[in-house]
Amino acid sequence: MRRYLGILAVASMFLASAVNVNAQDMLQIKGSDTLINLVQRLAEEYMEKNPGKYIAVTGGGSGTGIAALINGKCDIANASRLMKPKEITQANERGADPKRVVIAMDGLSVITNLKNSVTKLTKDEIGKIFRGEITNWKEVGGTDMAITLYGRQSNSGTFVFFRDAILKGDYSQKMNRMNGNAQIVEAIKQDMSGIGYVGVGYVKDASSQLNVVKVASSPGADYTSPLNSNDVKSGKYPLARPLNQYVNGSPKGATRDFIAFELSPEGQKIIEQEGFFPIPDEYRDFNRKSVGLE
Amino acid sequence: MKQKQFTQILGFNFLRMCMFIVIAALVVILYDITSKGIGKINWEFLTAMPRKGMTEGGIFPAIVGTVMVTVITAILSIPLGMGCAIYLNEYARDNKITRIIRMSIRNLSGVPSIVYGLFGVVIFVQLMHLGTSILSAGFTLGLMTLPWTITASEEALKNVPNSYREGALALGATKWQSIKTNVLPYSISGMLTGTILGLARAAGETAPILFTGAAFYLPFLPKSLSSQFMALPYHLYIMATQHHAIAKVRPIAYGTALVLITVVFLMNLFAVILRYNLRKHKME
Amino acid sequence: MIKFKEKLIHGIFFFNGLLVVIVLLGIFALLVFTSIPAFKEISLREFLFNSNWNPTSYVKSSYGIVAMLVSTFMVTLGALLIAVPLGIGTAAYLSDVASTRVREIAKPTVEILAGIPSVVIGFLGIVLVGPFIAKVFNLHNGLNALNGSILLAVMALPTIISLSEDALKSVPKSYEEASLALGATHWQTLVRVKLPAALSGIIAACMLGMGRAIGETMTVLMATGCAPAMPESFLGAVRTMTSSIAIELGEVPYNTTHYYALFGIGLVLFIITFLVNMSADIILHRYQKVAK
Repeated sequence: MRRYLGILAVASMFLASAVNVNAQDMLQIKGSDTLINLVQRLAEEYMEKNPGKYIAVTGGGSGTGIAALINGKCDIANASRLMKPKEITQANERGADPKRVVIAMDGLSVITNLKNSVTKLTKDEIGKIFRGEITNWKEVGGTDMAITLYGRQSNSGTFVFFRDAILKGDYSQKMNRMNGNAQIVEAIKQDMSGIGYVGVGYVKDASSQLNVVKVASSPGADYTSPLNSNDVKSGKYPLARPLNQYVNGSPKGATRDFIAFELSPEGQKIIEQEGFFPIPDEYRDFNRKSVGLE
Repeated sequence: MKQKQFTQILGFNFLRMCMFIVIAALVVILYDITSKGIGKINWEFLTAMPRKGMTEGGIFPAIVGTVMVTVITAILSIPLGMGCAIYLNEYARDNKITRIIRMSIRNLSGVPSIVYGLFGVVIFVQLMHLGTSILSAGFTLGLMTLPWTITASEEALKNVPNSYREGALALGATKWQSIKTNVLPYSISGMLTGTILGLARAAGETAPILFTGAAFYLPFLPKSLSSQFMALPYHLYIMATQHHAIAKVRPIAYGTALVLITVVFLMNLFAVILRYNLRKHKME
Repeated sequence: MIKFKEKLIHGIFFFNGLLVVIVLLGIFALLVFTSIPAFKEISLREFLFNSNWNPTSYVKSSYGIVAMLVSTFMVTLGALLIAVPLGIGTAAYLSDVASTRVREIAKPTVEILAGIPSVVIGFLGIVLVGPFIAKVFNLHNGLNALNGSILLAVMALPTIISLSEDALKSVPKSYEEASLALGATHWQTLVRVKLPAALSGIIAACMLGMGRAIGETMTVLMATGCAPAMPESFLGAVRTMTSSIAIELGEVPYNTTHYYALFGIGLVLFIITFLVNMSADIILHRYQKVAK
């Protein structure tokens, strides 16, 4: 019996060492679910062009990525929100120096079921709905049906951004907290009374199966859609936001190469293919100042 | 007279229905997983790395990861479990300490798996600086498996007739010698059988490895015991809930579930066959 | 010389035996020490009696676990309501009615059921039980306390069945024979003599099943919807203590108040399962004493 176990142990070690890779060469990227599709695609392209380089992209939400960066457990943290002052302090206390780079623009989309007649909402109405103050669709011009809220969990950057930009208060405790953008999309597709928020990249494949709500920043202003790239880039769409990556200190080596690839015309084209928007000029300037890349 | 018989028939049929419901539950579970998962199973699925953001390709790294972690679990759990069982059955007297030990074993088996995870995060990942790794996860699972290993080993030791021990002692052997030559060889098959059943449970556990080493996606196999790893139960969890295209990868989730229950089932089968073989061997 | 070696070996095994006690105490101590720092910022009263858990709140962080406690007990209660009658019924059937052939099919079935990993059960909660519940109750989605209860029942059943069956089997045959001799039917014997005689064992079995349900993580994480609000009905989403830890532990930096608070939840969980297991133990002990 000991023999069997021994053989098994040796076999698995052998298998593992058969792949001749130094774990130090692997770039570890963690964090935002909004960004994960995008960055995985970028990583795959990058690895194809640069054989011998390895990148592992995992999710868990912006909060998880930032925590990992603070704990020293990843090289790049994908974040669909900004780091909070408390987090920056924690990072500094542990000897880390987070630097931010913007790699894409997102038009955070509010989505409802196709059968729902409500396709336009003001920023204020959205806030009231998600805070739990408006609870029935008839209050915003729809049918008499209770609203079912779908959102993310507190580790999500989208959760935090949406709350800080729109709600300016806490979410209704009744909101269903899904594990990722994809789950919210699936839930809304099936739930006539549902409303949710997802990154615009998740809407591109499903825009014929969902309503993408047009948003007005105040009553009387124009209703703009996140699918309109001009409105997102100019910031006219109220929920436009930058998608960020944080690194520890000035990026060097493999980290630097990969970020440079993301910001290159080729990388930006992939970002567009994935349904997001390329970086506007103001953020190019920011990137140059922050990490020396553009 | 008739009333009594009627009640009995009614009663027994109610009981029969209870059992059928339980069996039906198992049948539904196995049927659903197998029918929807078998379509995915092929050589590529089992031996290839995941591709295209894990929407294509195979689950090979998850299988390897699970194997490697289970080996570490065994390395911790088997000697410590057997040792404890030997103490309890061969050396311990019926005193307060022994009762406390037994009570501890029973309580350890009731500790929630996530609490073992918490323990692992502090002790193995941080305090012992093992980081999130196969070692941390394996040790955490090893602790979790201890109660099962101990219980199974004790059963095996109990099955060795006392006459074996007494015979050796009568011939002048010391206690340890009598255990080594007259007890262990006859109980080892039983001990290992029980242990493998415990390892099968460990292979299917997710909560203890969530924060001690399991990774969402690694582009290559674990290079060493101190690296993170993919694992079958964690892979099923993320395919079902956290992947960014869960509808698309649902078939992969089913395939992973099928592979997982097959692995657990095969380990159980292996234990049973092992017990049968070793027992036969000893008879000769 | 030999005496010394023997004593040494005895000592090693003794230490090995003591190890389990050390581990148990270690887990408890760890939970206590890692949660104490949380209470520098959180009042114990808020933690134990407030129903609002919102550590990352926009307005003010709150750390109340009452809603989680209620959620845990709801799904556990639901699970027991399903699993206890089914489990005892099945155990009674196996011990008293079933022919050997049936028993040979049923026992492995129960063992296989016990071996199915919790994540697989949780997965079926999402893909099978959820849509079914949604259809039956005309809901928008089927991830709720009812779903969790059904799944937990499936997980607790094998424990309840095997231990109850053991309890029934250990009722002395003389009880059964005396009852039959007095003219009772098998059913009457079962219900009025054997079950009461085995009651302590059966109660212990159910308590251990309950402990299993309380401590289960993956199943409830995947199937109960995870809304942190105070649960209103079985058809609403709930978030148990185990789910909360599993969801949030990954997102907290080590050694922050939020991190310590999660260990606080772990401590409460540990204490509850410890008490449940101890009670089962005491009941079983008393039962064995009576049987002697």
